[in-house]
Amino acid sequence: MAEHIVPTRVYYTIFAILMLCTYLTVRIAFFDLGPLNVVAALTIAVLKATLVVLFFMHVKYSTKLTWAVVLGSVFWLGILLALTMSDYLTRAWRTYG
Amino acid sequence: MSDIHAHPALAHHFDSLEEQKEAATLGMWVFLVTEVLFFGGIFATYAIYRSWYPEAFAAASHELDVTLGTINTAVLITSSLTMALAVHAAQLGRRTKVMVFLVLTMALGGVFLGIKGVEYYHKFTEHLIPGPGFQFEKEHLRHAQIFFSLYFMMTGLHALHMIIGFGIMLVMLWWAWRGTITKEYYSPIEISGLYWHFVDIVWIFLFPLLYLIGRHAH
Repeated sequence: MAEHIVPTRVYYTIFAILMLCTYLTVRIAFFDLGPLNVVAALTIAVLKATLVVLFFMHVKYSTKLTWAVVLGSVFWLGILLALTMSDYLTRAWRTYG
Repeated sequence: MSDIHAHPALAHHFDSLEEQKEAATLGMWVFLVTEVLFFGGIFATYAIYRSWYPEAFAAASHELDVTLGTINTAVLITSSLTMALAVHAAQLGRRTKVMVFLVLTMALGGVFLGIKGVEYYHKFTEHLIPGPGFQFEKEHLRHAQIFFSLYFMMTGLHALHMIIGFGIMLVMLWWAWRGTITKEYYSPIEISGLYWHFVDIVWIFLFPLLYLIGRHAH
């Protein structure tokens, strides 16, 4: 598992996809999609990050323990963002501006 | 009970280099989890202020240079590729290749920081540094400063990580050159790579969140 050597063509393919995604995210930003703009931007960013983690960082070929730690970071980040925003976004009494 | 045939890099509390490498990788990942939450707190701050002042954030984001931001994104992704190729070369024990790819990675990191410096300089001359000298359209004067405070904090911390990464790569280059890094013992390059890719991932989120807000509006 740890000795797994990824063929370089995998790296080049991932690199090409990452570049394509960068191009797409810039292009999409210039179209007015309303609230979908930020959704599109973050979806592409999450996709890019996932590819980097799985292939460049070799998590795809790592032990289950590494998987648990990686998913744990996402889970805790989710708690951080979800609980914080569920508070701030539901404060109807707040005067914006 | 030391095994005289053990690899010189094998610490005595591990049974094998394989086991040692897995421990090192896991340790690095645990560190990266703390980094995820460290940056996560700042991203949460960003999310709160952006949800409060969407117009000011869009107007302030417009002052950033999308072309330079896009170039820097491409530069950083390319540096991640060269980093991955450096690890690959290390796995195969190709010392010269490892050094070439490490130098390329560092060079690209240097280009990134150089472009970042040019951008900071532009912001400085355009009076976009938060504080008494900050100049912006009156409507968003206060809240645009929040955007720029976050911009400098987030990109500044990211740049600091790049500089640290540059230093790490310098050490790796030295270790590769003096022959510490071998086909059997390449985990230093591997976990340095994990750090470098993590810093790349942070930028993957920073770029759209800072540079691409409401581009269509103007």
